[in-house]
Amino acid sequence: MRRALLPALMPVASILLLLAVWQAAALMVGGRLLPGPAVVAEALLREAESGALFHHMGVTLLRVLAAFALAMSIGVGLGLPMGRSPFIDRLFGPWLVFFLNLPALVVIVLAYVWFGLTEAAAIGAVAVNKIPNTVVLVRAGARAIDEGLIDMARVYRLSPADRLRHVLLPQLTPTIAAAARSGLALIWKIVLVVELLGRSDGVGFQINLLFQTFDVAGILAYTIAFVAVVQLLEYGVLQPVERHCQRWRRMPAEA
Amino acid sequence: MRGLTLSAAAGEVVALVGPSGCGKTTALGIVAGLDRAFDGVVEVGARPDGGPARLGYVFQEPRLLPWRTVRQNLALVLPRAQRRGPAVDAMLDALELSPFADRFPTQLSLGMARRVALARAFLVEPDLLLMDEPFVSLDEPTALRLRTLLSQLLDRRPATVLLVTHNLREALALADRLLLLAPSPGRVVAEVPVTVPRAARDDATIEALRRDLLSRPEPAFRLLA
Repeated sequence: MRRALLPALMPVASILLLLAVWQAAALMVGGRLLPGPAVVAEALLREAESGALFHHMGVTLLRVLAAFALAMSIGVGLGLPMGRSPFIDRLFGPWLVFFLNLPALVVIVLAYVWFGLTEAAAIGAVAVNKIPNTVVLVRAGARAIDEGLIDMARVYRLSPADRLRHVLLPQLTPTIAAAARSGLALIWKIVLVVELLGRSDGVGFQINLLFQTFDVAGILAYTIAFVAVVQLLEYGVLQPVERHCQRWRRMPAEA
Repeated sequence: MRGLTLSAAAGEVVALVGPSGCGKTTALGIVAGLDRAFDGVVEVGARPDGGPARLGYVFQEPRLLPWRTVRQNLALVLPRAQRRGPAVDAMLDALELSPFADRFPTQLSLGMARRVALARAFLVEPDLLLMDEPFVSLDEPTALRLRTLLSQLLDRRPATVLLVTHNLREALALADRLLLLAPSPGRVVAEVPVTVPRAARDDATIEALRRDLLSRPEPAFRLLA
């Protein structure tokens, strides 16, 4: 009985411990700099009741998803040819290094300057920040593709679409999953910056507002809410999808 | 390989027999159009309707897509319109694979995986069938069963076959003509037609043919020993 109970209790114990440490820190530092969990919970409820929480979170999440879709599709679209063709790799390799080292802030600011303080510029800037990482990951995955299966596809005259869908992409699933996971983590952080710099709604904008009124409880409330949602996305969407794509690996071998 | 010349008539089963490393797999790759780094000419006749010859290739490893079921692996080589049709099920039946249709390749033994690869090759109704040591590293009963299935498939629908093998008995059981290859650089050193009809080749006949080949004095046949 104890053995089954213990692992289930660990996450709960961990959170309780975190809350306890938080409360202790709040008491030491003082409620103005670091409000305790109860104050933050109150702020969270307040924002939820007024609807502001859901509005800003919704808007931010939409931006995250849009930038994610854009970055993943372009990242795979560029990384795959670069991994399969040494010529393309040599041609665009230096560009990749350049964009990898470009600071996020520079990209965002330039996007706003060139394209105005628009939604498109915001989402585009976030995507541009994520694309180089994705390309690097996908390129490495594409280099490891089984040539034997490609030969088989060639001999049986599979169409390029079939080759992509049935031979190439399934082999890239682990790479794409890794890119998706690191991408989500990177993107939502940059979305907040983008909102802070040039948008009039969203969690980033709201946090800026709360910063100016020194409402630390509010800031922490939004932070917690946002992290919770991203975790939900990870466990509720990303992991099940990946598990489904990889189920053929877990089938038991037979004699 | 150097100076390799070989030809096969329509519907003929030609066995390429030789030690490992003499380029037999390379030769198949060249014929299949997978390997372009060579000097020479490959001529494969066109179909009666003018289209390019249909190729089936049974590789040394089964080369099934591990993330697709047996049925899906077979269906993929057919044109889209025929993938859901009866052809796949008919082939699964013919090779006794129906119980395994929804398994993934990792759940199959090597013999079964090779059977699926064989089914896939025949499903396209190939004009030219290339086989690279298709029954190697199988236990003898399984290999025999697969050879029999191959024979049956060929009887039902003849195709031109290039069979690479280092197993002389296998070559004698299946081929109309054997080409013996020298070790690197590979070239044909002897040609042995087999006139006994395939259906009449029982174990005794094959053994007799084999002993005859091994007893021939020409140096080319020393390679078989």
